[in-house]
Amino acid sequence: MNTALLIIFGTIVFSACVGIFAGRRVKMNLENWTVGGRRFGILIIWLLMAGEIYTTFTFLGASGWAYSRGAPTYYVIIYGALAYTLSFFILPELWKVGKRYGLHTQPDFFIKIYGSRFLGVLVALVGIVSIIPYLQLQLTGLGLIVEVASNQAIQSKLAIFVSFILTCAFVYTSGIRGSAWVSVIKDVMMIAAVAIVGIGVPHIYFGGFGKMFQALIAQKPGHLVFPGAAPSMDTLWVMSTLLLTGMGFYMWPHVFGSAFSAKSDKILKRNAIIMPFYQIPVLLVLMVGFTAFLVLPGLKNGDLAFLELVKKTYPSWLLGFVGAAGAVTAMVPASILVLFGSTLLSKNVYQAGFNPKASEETVMRLSRVMVLVITTAALVFALLLPGALVNLLLIGYNGVSQFFPGVVLGLFWKRVSSTGVICGLLTGLALVVFLVFSRHDPLWGMNAGFVALAANGTVTLIVSLLSKERRPRT
Amino acid sequence: MPRGTRLALILGAIPFLTLVFALPFVNRIEPVILGFPFILFWILLWVLLTPAILFIAYRIEKKFNPPEDEGRR
Repeated sequence: MNTALLIIFGTIVFSACVGIFAGRRVKMNLENWTVGGRRFGILIIWLLMAGEIYTTFTFLGASGWAYSRGAPTYYVIIYGALAYTLSFFILPELWKVGKRYGLHTQPDFFIKIYGSRFLGVLVALVGIVSIIPYLQLQLTGLGLIVEVASNQAIQSKLAIFVSFILTCAFVYTSGIRGSAWVSVIKDVMMIAAVAIVGIGVPHIYFGGFGKMFQALIAQKPGHLVFPGAAPSMDTLWVMSTLLLTGMGFYMWPHVFGSAFSAKSDKILKRNAIIMPFYQIPVLLVLMVGFTAFLVLPGLKNGDLAFLELVKKTYPSWLLGFVGAAGAVTAMVPASILVLFGSTLLSKNVYQAGFNPKASEETVMRLSRVMVLVITTAALVFALLLPGALVNLLLIGYNGVSQFFPGVVLGLFWKRVSSTGVICGLLTGLALVVFLVFSRHDPLWGMNAGFVALAANGTVTLIVSLLSKERRPRT
Repeated sequence: MPRGTRLALILGAIPFLTLVFALPFVNRIEPVILGFPFILFWILLWVLLTPAILFIAYRIEKKFNPPEDEGRR
C-alpha cells in the first residue's frame, strides 16, 4: 500500500468517525437532526456554510475554468461576495421567521408564509430535482480526485462507494451536527492544500504571482480579460451570471436550511461579514489554473489541471494529501445534500403533500429511510449511469434561483400573494427548461437563468398587485 | 424603514455597483497593479473590502436602529 492511498483512506475513515461521534450524546428528533437544535454559534456556522459552499467545484471546476476559459472564471471569486452581502439583509429575517414557527426546511417557509401546501410541494420537488444531480457531481468529482491522486491505485468507483456509504452513516446517526464537525476537518485540509499549491506552483515555476502573470500576458493577454477563451462568455454574460448566482446562492435548499441552525439572527449577520474571507482560497485555486495553462498546455480535460500540476510538481505524499482534502471536500456537501434531500422528501413531499396528520416521529423515521433511498439513487447514477443527469445539472442552479422572488418578497413585502409567487415560479422554471434544452443559453449574451429570473420577478410583482388575496399574517 | 437599515442598504449596494455594474469599465490588463492584471486587481480589492463595508453597515444598524423590537419585524 503506498503513502497516498493510506492518507486518503485514513482521512475518509477518520472523518466519518468524527461525524458519527458528533451526534452521540444528542437525542435525535427532527429539530436536532436537521437544524442542530438551533444552537450553532458563529464559528461553527461559518465552518458549516463554508463546508457546503466550497465543493469539489472549488478544486476542479474553478481551476479548470481558469485553465480552459480564462477570465470568465473570475465570476467564481465575485459571486460569493454578492451572496454574502444579500445574506446580511435576508438571512437574519429568515431566521426570525424560522424560529417563531419552528421551520426546518425551505418548503416549510413557503408553506408558512404563503399558506399554500401546493407551493410547498412544488418547491420541495424542484429542490430535490436540483439536489440529486448536484450530489452526483460531488461523487463523480470525488472519484476523479481519488483516482488521479492515488495514481490509479484506487478505482474511482471503489472510492465513491466507500466514502459515500460512510458519509451516509454519519448523516443517518448525527444529522447536521455530523456535517458541521466534519466541516472542520475539511476546511483545515482544503485551505492547507490550496495554500500550499496555490502559493507554491506560481513560485516554483515563475518566482511569484506577478511574474506568472507577466508570462501569461506576454503569451496570451486575451486570456485574462473577458471573454477569455470563451467567446460566448463576454462581460454581459459575466454580469448576468453574477446577479443570478449571487441571488441563487442561498436558495439552494441545503444552504437555505442551514441558516435555521444558527443560535440567533445576529450570528448570521456577523457571519455575513466574515464569509468573504473565504474567497481568498478561491483566488489561489485560480492561480493554479493559470499556472497550469502555461506549464501544462494541451490537457484534454481542463478540470484535471489542478491535480495534474500537483502530480508534476510535488512528491506523492502531498498528492495524497490533496486527494484526501478533495475527498472530504466532496463528503461534506454531499452529506448536507443528502440530509436536506431526505427531509424535503419526507416532510415536504410526503407529509405536506399526502399525509398532513403524520406525526413528527413518523417524519423523522421516514427521513432516515430516505437517506438510504437518496444514497442508493445517487450511487446508481454515479456508478452506472454517469452521463444521465448532465442535463439536470445544467438547470440546477437556474432552477433553485427561481425561489428568490418568493423568499425576498415574502419577507419584506406585504402585498405579495401566493398566486403571484406560484405564477412567477412556474414562468421562471418553464423558461429555464425551455431555454436550456433548446440551446438558447446564453440568450442575447446573457445567462438564460437570469432572463428567466427577471421574467419570474416581473410576473410575481404584476400578479401580486392584481390579486386581492391576503396572505396569512406572519 | 428604520434609518439604520436604509443607510445599511446603501452600503450594501456598493459591492453590486463595483463588482457587477462597473465590470465593463475595468475589463483591461493595464495598469498591472501588484502583479495583477487591472481587472483582477479591481475584483480582489472590492471582494476584500466587502467585509469592511458590511462591518460598517452592522455598526450603523446598531447605532441608528431602535434597540431590538422583540417579536416584530
